[in-house]
Amino acid sequence: MALPSLAIPHRDAGDTNGVYAIEARDLNVYYGNFRAVKDINLKVHRRQITAFIGPSGCGKSTLLRAFNRMNELIPNARASGKVLFQGQNIYDPRVDPVEVRRRIGMVFQKPNPFPKSIYENVAWGARINGYLGNMDALVEQSLRRAALWDEVKDKLHQSGLSLSGGQQQRLCIARAIAVRPEIILMDEPASALDPIATLKIEELMRELSEEYTIIIVTHNMQQAARVSDFTAFLLMDEDRAGVLVEYGPTRQIFTRPKDKRTEDYITGRFG
Amino acid sequence: MSADIFNTRLDARKRAGMISHGLFMAATIVGIVALTALLYTVIVQSFGLVAVENRVDPATLAVNGVPLEELSKEQLIAILQANLSAGVIRRYESEQPFAERTRENVYALVLERVVQPRIVESWSLSDSLLRRAAIQAETAAKHPNAKLVFRSWLRPDFITKPQASVPDLAGVRTAILGSLWTILITLVVAFPIGVGAAIYLEEYARDTWLTRAIQTNITNLAGVPSIIYGMLGLAIFVRMLEPLTSGTLFGAADPTTANGRTILSAGLTLALLILPLLIINSQEAIRAVPRSLRQAAYGLGATQWQTIWHHVLPSALPGILTGNILAVSRAIGETAPLVVIGASTFIVIDPNGPFSKFTTLPIQIYQWTARPQPEFRHIAAAAIVVLLVMLLSLNAAAVLLRNRYTRRW
Ligand SMILES: Nc1ncnc2c1ncn2[C@@H]1O[C@H](COP(=O)(O)OP(=O)(O)OP(=O)(O)O)[C@@H](O)[C@H]1O
Ligand SMILES: [Mg+2]
Repeated sequence: MALPSLAIPHRDAGDTNGVYAIEARDLNVYYGNFRAVKDINLKVHRRQITAFIGPSGCGKSTLLRAFNRMNELIPNARASGKVLFQGQNIYDPRVDPVEVRRRIGMVFQKPNPFPKSIYENVAWGARINGYLGNMDALVEQSLRRAALWDEVKDKLHQSGLSLSGGQQQRLCIARAIAVRPEIILMDEPASALDPIATLKIEELMRELSEEYTIIIVTHNMQQAARVSDFTAFLLMDEDRAGVLVEYGPTRQIFTRPKDKRTEDYITGRFG
Repeated sequence: MSADIFNTRLDARKRAGMISHGLFMAATIVGIVALTALLYTVIVQSFGLVAVENRVDPATLAVNGVPLEELSKEQLIAILQANLSAGVIRRYESEQPFAERTRENVYALVLERVVQPRIVESWSLSDSLLRRAAIQAETAAKHPNAKLVFRSWLRPDFITKPQASVPDLAGVRTAILGSLWTILITLVVAFPIGVGAAIYLEEYARDTWLTRAIQTNITNLAGVPSIIYGMLGLAIFVRMLEPLTSGTLFGAADPTTANGRTILSAGLTLALLILPLLIINSQEAIRAVPRSLRQAAYGLGATQWQTIWHHVLPSALPGILTGNILAVSRAIGETAPLVVIGASTFIVIDPNGPFSKFTTLPIQIYQWTARPQPEFRHIAAAAIVVLLVMLLSLNAAAVLLRNRYTRRW
């Protein structure tokens, strides 16, 4: 299904148009009978970086994947509730997940370039989505935005797998932005990288946040504090379902958390 | 201190490792010995001394001092007419007029019908090398008119000549062509269906009891004896679908066939036979494609088909080819089901399409080994060499193709 339905503004939530890019309402995600995240209500600010933090297994990745329906690739995973994007519930049966994923891109924990040339890695997504413009220009622009152009401009036709881990991850970011998404979801994008490559990715995120809404999952407290504008803290409840404990501006979460559990986690007294 | 809580038993562990190492090496050696023995018996039978007796000495057929081999076509025809009955000549004329025959063809006829070289005795390569003197004495005593010559049963003639009733003149050309045609049909039918089914089962089918039942069935079908497939082929392709497999439906029937025992039936039967293996191999190759690759594609807004076509299949193709080369090799060597669906025992005319009668190399070998005359043993051995070479070259071609496809990034 094409996306005219997604383009209808203000159909369900008026305030997702301006300040907020995407919003979860009473969102639950299940794996079979197991509820992995529970009753999440969260408004993500447009063109800001939002970090999801919390102990391992609390459902950060699950929640992140629910924002572009990637969970559907997992057999027996299912979501209830709403995710509002531009005023439209992306779980509406009339909405095509393929279109959702083009507009809400994803960068994974482990760099996963295609086993193709650097050029093809960036161009492929645009091509299959019917990009009509100048492909060379798009590739260059995307690689520049991903701060990778200078390193690869002389070897665009070499394998994407021949790059270092950090370069591969930036290639994946370039690939994601080449399809012009509005939101980029990143699941621990720097956890497989050394500190210098990590810093590069963080710098890049800051730059990209001028144009894109970024949601990042991270285990690294300093990273969350350094790069994010907003932080959401998740925790498992007694049924091991992930719940949103506290959400607010990063500075406030890290300096004056309202919830005792947040404070314990941030100061390292916990999980 | 910490050493006390470990009883490392390093010696015993190393000994266990050495024992298994030895066992594995022994297993490998057994395999190599068996293979060498196979090759040895085949090679030893493919070459050796033969004692040849001519009914008519070729020297007496020379015309004005020109030896038989150098006579013109007309002179050769004259020899035929002088030595054969008018009825036989007429029969050859009606098969193919002498005017249209080549000189080589007529020369072969002269050899076959007039000179009639007859191999009265043959020896294996090992005997020929080790007991040469004894063989010479034996031949002189038993066949005073015979000449002892060294014969390579595996020679260009053997490959280019069609089947014949005399082992000395028989070749495997019709059998090779039959095998190639059959395998071509098998490939064309089985490959797309096998890969298609694998894609469906791996990528589209939901995990229900039905898909599981199908999956179990496919696995079990891979283990069904090939002769059962032959019976299936006989019932379905030869009998039920006769109008289709005999070609009458397309008005292309071979007048000598007039039933469904054609190359098409053989190819379809073998396709059925290898289909389960093909599906399983392809499924495994598709399953080995990392999830992360699919996720990357989906994450960019690719549809399922785009993901499969651009990423899953190209990544799985080398594995699919590797796994299926073996399945196809098995089909090339298959004999039993083809006997059941009615491979022809004696074909001198080249098969010229899917509706021809057929024989294949393994069938040919099987028939020759069943003959009592010792010469057939030699040509069967030579045919085995041809079959092995054909298998190896087809496999090599498939591997080359695969390597071309896998420009590994
Ligand atoms: N494919 C799956 N099938 C079944 N259960 C799953 C699956 N993926 C995750 N889970 C479960 O859902 C819960 C949340 O998992 P999730 O991966 O979202 O946690 P996370 O917060 O990302 O953890 P981490 O920080 O270790 O990555 C866990 O209890 C996990 O066992
Ligand atoms: Mg995770």
